[in-house]
Formats: sequence, C-alpha cells, structure tokens
Amino acid sequence: MEQQISLAHGSGGQLTRELVEHVFVPKLKNDILSRLTDAAELAVPGSRLMFTTDSFVIKPLEFPGGDIGKLSVCGTINDLAVSGARPMWISCGLIIEEGFSFERLERIVDSIARTTADAGVAVVCGDTKVVEHGSADGLFINTAGIGVPIRDYRSAPIQPGDKILVSGTIGDHEAAIFRVRENLGRRMELASDCAALHGLVETMLAAAPNIRVMRDPTRGGIGAVLNELATGTACSFTIEDDLIPMCDEVRGICELVGFDPMYLANEGKLVCFVPAKQAESLLQAMRSHPLGANAAIIGEAVADSRERVYLQSRFGGSRIVIMPTGVQLPRIC
Amino acid sequence: MNFQEEFRNKDVARGLVAGIRNAIQSIPPVVLPVRLMEVCGSHTMAICRYGIRQLLPKPLRLLSGPGCPVCVTTGDYIDKAVALARIPGVVVTSFGDLFKVPGSTSSLEKERAGGAAVEVMFSPIEAVRIARDNPAKKVVFLGIGFETTIPAVAIAIKEAAGQGVENFSVLSGHKLMPPALRALAEGGTRVNGFICPGHVSTIIGMHPYEFIARDYRIGCVIAGFEPLDILQSIHMLLRQIKDGEPAVENQYTRLVRPEGNRAGQAMINEVFEPVDVAWRGLGVIPGSGLRIREQFAAHDTERTIEFAPEPTVEKPGCICGEILQGIKTPYDCPLFGKYCTPAGPVGPCMVSTEGCCAASYKYLEPMKR
Repeated sequence: MEQQISLAHGSGGQLTRELVEHVFVPKLKNDILSRLTDAAELAVPGSRLMFTTDSFVIKPLEFPGGDIGKLSVCGTINDLAVSGARPMWISCGLIIEEGFSFERLERIVDSIARTTADAGVAVVCGDTKVVEHGSADGLFINTAGIGVPIRDYRSAPIQPGDKILVSGTIGDHEAAIFRVRENLGRRMELASDCAALHGLVETMLAAAPNIRVMRDPTRGGIGAVLNELATGTACSFTIEDDLIPMCDEVRGICELVGFDPMYLANEGKLVCFVPAKQAESLLQAMRSHPLGANAAIIGEAVADSRERVYLQSRFGGSRIVIMPTGVQLPRIC
Repeated sequence: MNFQEEFRNKDVARGLVAGIRNAIQSIPPVVLPVRLMEVCGSHTMAICRYGIRQLLPKPLRLLSGPGCPVCVTTGDYIDKAVALARIPGVVVTSFGDLFKVPGSTSSLEKERAGGAAVEVMFSPIEAVRIARDNPAKKVVFLGIGFETTIPAVAIAIKEAAGQGVENFSVLSGHKLMPPALRALAEGGTRVNGFICPGHVSTIIGMHPYEFIARDYRIGCVIAGFEPLDILQSIHMLLRQIKDGEPAVENQYTRLVRPEGNRAGQAMINEVFEPVDVAWRGLGVIPGSGLRIREQFAAHDTERTIEFAPEPTVEKPGCICGEILQGIKTPYDCPLFGKYCTPAGPVGPCMVSTEGCCAASYKYLEPMKR
C-alpha cells in the first residue's frame, strides 16, 4: 500500500520527527533549518533575530481557558520565549471554511487582539483564505513571530548533574480539550493552561542566566520533549513521578481513559535544564511568577550513553518513557 | 478515600511483600517456582508500571494471560474490519485500541488515511447516534472485548432496535473469559493460580470461576488494579497454594459482588448467544465467543452487509500466540524491540497499550534493553 500521511504524523512523536527528518530537512536543508530549534536564529547586521511559525487546527475552536485565537498567539510567543527571545511581531494567516459564522470569527479575532495586547506584541501582517465547505474544519490559523534575544541568551549543552524543572502542572491543555470533546465530568473545573510564557522566561533568565535549555512541551507532552532533548547529550534523564506537578482532574482523566500524562499536550508550560547549583534560586524565581507558581524540580540528567528518559514511580518501580509513537487523541493543538 | 494514594502506599506494600516472602518459604520446594497468571491486560500494565516483578522473590513467576481483547482478536477480524472500511457508504466505528492493529496488509489507521470513514469512540451508544444522524450511511461498530464491555454494546444494539435505527450494526468479536481459563487449565501452561480480572468480574461475579478451583485444583483470586490490590491477591493465592486448598476468593470487594451485575448479565444474554470462536494463540475454544441472537439479526454486520475480506496471512516470526498462553515471554521473541516496536508493531501484543509486549517494551527494566 502506498505510504500515506496519518494523524500520527502530526502528533509530535516519533512519526512527526521522521517526517521532518526524512522529508523536510533533506529537501529544504540549510544551516539554520537543520538545527531544528523551536525558533530559527537569524544573524542580521548588528544583532540577532529569532523567527518561528506554527499552525493551529484545534477542535473545538473555543474551549475552557482559551480559543484558537489565543492559542495561535501564545503558541508562537512560547516558541520564541523558550528560545530566549522577547516576542515583538506576529503574522497571522487564517484559512476559513465557507459558511463559518461571522460573529464567531469576530469573537476569535477579539481574542487574538486581547492576547497580543496583554503580551505586548503586535500583529503586523496577515492573510485570509476561504475554502469551500468541507475543505477545512471551520477555521485554521497559522502564525509566525519574530523576537529579539533576552539578555543575549544562548542555549548550551545539557551536562550530567543538571536539574530538570517544569513550570507547573502538566497535561492541563489536552485533558481539558478531551473533557470538552467527550463531555466528561461536567462539574469539573479543568481549563487549558494556554498562556504566553515570555514574562516568566524573563524572570527566569534574570535569576539564572545559565539555563541550559528551555522547551515548551506542546504536542507529545514532556515525554516527547525530554526524549528529543536527550538525543545527542550522552545523558539519560531520571525524573520522579511524585515530583511532577499534576492536578487531580488530569490524574483522574488519565486513570479513567488510560492516557499517559507524560504525553499530554501543554500550552502554557515549559521544561528547562539548569546547572544544579542554580536550580533552587531558579525555582524560587519561577514560583514568584503567576505562571510558575507550581514549578518544581522533577529530576536530573545523568551521564549515560543510552540517552533515555527514566520515570521512577512512587511505588518503587522504574520505567522508560519512550518517544510517543502515535496519537493518543486526534488533533489537540 | 483517595484511590490513587491509599492503594499505592509503600509501607503497606512492604508489609505485603514480606508476607509474600514468608508464604513462599513455607511452600514445598517441589511446587517452586510458583507460577501465577494475571489474566487481564490491565493487570499486566499495572504490574509493569509499578515494577511489581522487581519486588517479588525469585521463586515466584508472573505470567501474562490472554486478557487483552485486542491481542486475542484473530487477524481475520481485522481483515473483516478493513474490508468493511473500504466499502463506500460504510462508517466503521471502534474503540481506540483496534485502530492501529495491523491486519494482513492494512489497518484501520491506514484505511482512514486513505479516505475511509473510520471513527474512534469511547461508547458504542455514540455509534448509534452517528447512525441515526446519517441514515444514508451504514454504521458498523466493532464489538470486541470481554464481559466488561459487552453490556454497553448490548445496550447499543437494543437502543438501535428500539428506535428503528436500521443502519446500525455490530461486528461481534466479543469473547468470554471463563471458557478461556478452562482452555488454559487444560492446555500446556503450568499455572498454580489465576489472578482473575477485576472488571470482568464486576459483571460475572465469583461463581463462573468455581470450576477452575474444583475441577482443575487451581486457585483464583479476583483482583483490583492498584499495586496493593495485586500484591494482596498474590499473597492470597500463595496462602491457598501453601494450604493446598484452591478456592475462588475476591480481593476486589469494593467493586465485585459475589453474584456480579445481574442486570449486565441479563443484557448480554438477551442480545447475544455463545458460539465457538478462535482466540489468537489458543485456537478455537468452545462457547467462548458471542453471536448476536436471531431477534437482533438486523443489527448483525455479518448478516446485513456483504463484504469480502482478503485472505488472512499470519506474520512470520511473530510469537504473540505463545506469549498469550504464558508459554513464552516477549524477550523470547526475535522480533521484540528490534523489528516489532510500538511505532511499528508486527503483532497485536505490541499494539494494544494493554498488550504484554507493549507493556514490556515500555516498562522494561533498564538492564534488559
């Protein structure tokens, strides 16, 4: 059978990575793209710029804690933020399905306006296409963003002994979307964590300028991000499930339907690695920021050529967190 | 009570493990190693997830049984589902577990990527709704699973019949647990005790296991799915073995009643009747499958839709069949971890999250990889 794109190719796991590495990078390769960072670093005379893009195809378009408009702004801001950049300018391209409600479109554009105003960024260019009924699912949004480095930050290789921090509870976004889609627990107060993280990152870099690397664990969750980060470091990561912040609702949903919270998407969280001696001061700085109130040190890097992610269970067992290999759910972000 | 904390208490676990060690020491050496089979796939997952094997003394082996519904589903069922998905106007609906299982040449996932209408859902009732909303389509629900899930499928069929939703049908691949346990007890696997499936037992209760203890002298303990549940069940089985008194005991008393769920049993009996079916690895087991009764024939896919599945080809080298009988472990398989991984599964035990191979791959102790 001819090989075809399946949903798993878009899930942020193993197949997404293969698609990028086997199709896009070889055909489009250049020094900047091949680094496969969240944002591309562009050298322009006298300074550096960071540039990124992201597309959003979420269903439902509006959900507790946000909507596709807010998500599309925060998603691009966060790719810049975890690259150590202050977001400045954003582009916004909309693909709208024929028949889409005008009122709803305005509501979503208002949300984009609110989110960019709060974040101090400007939408400086845009595009709109309308496709026939059935050729898209309501509304798709692509955003791109340009930012400038904060404190001339550059990421550095992860070293054995580095501590791993996460900025708050994991899995809220995907669990919240799942709850709405499947109509679970109507009394549950679970909302997406959708938020712009550049303010938190500024606070973090002020407290710990030597943060090795930051990532936002969106599709594929912290499981995918940690596996990606382990590659090429000659380190394995050990994390403890007791230490990973998670709200009861997410835990409950995972128990109920058998999801692994390690792979659930987040839209307002980051994971970072920092030298051990700065970990505590970084943690305090994160906790002083509203978006990092539940931050925690969840584990550390250890020298190990296998480059794996190990999760120590509170019960005593240990397991390998492999790269996620398919969809837990169709189309979450 | 917080079920996620209380039943994972380390101190209580230590006490149970000490009890297990003591019990093992008082068992005659000729009986060792004691081989206990966890029949249910959710138990397999929990045992791997909490590293329970690492806590147990050496002369105690845990074998994984045929309790993962996807794993025991034979290849021809997947080929039938694929053939149905290829028919224009047919919508195939399924629990998520079946979506990625490879058939002889394709899978539902591949068919959907190629344009087929395949929908993953959490409840068969949802499939009836899709049928009602799309009268021009034929909506097929892939009914697999054991006693736990069968009542919900029976309700869906009754609802469709009651509301005249004629375009809804079920491809029944349902299986019953007690006949499989009989086949295992009679087969080549040496088992000293069964850790019986907790959620199947919420429906069927304790009585259907009695023949195993009585006729085959193998103890049965119905177990919950938290680590303390499993450790306590192991301890209960060892006590039975030590005393030489096999019996059916219920560890999962917070959910399982001795008589089970009578309404659920009645629902199954009203819609389905037992039939001989093949299990992957175990062959045909008498009375272990369920066929839709004549009264509901209008909702039986096999009797309402004409389709021609391709001939079923078993994968060479795959030993899922022997793994499901507890004869071999995933580590005995030449494909395991190299040619067969969760990203590119060859056999069903690697596909389902409850599958023994998937659990072993994911939770494998670091030294073994």
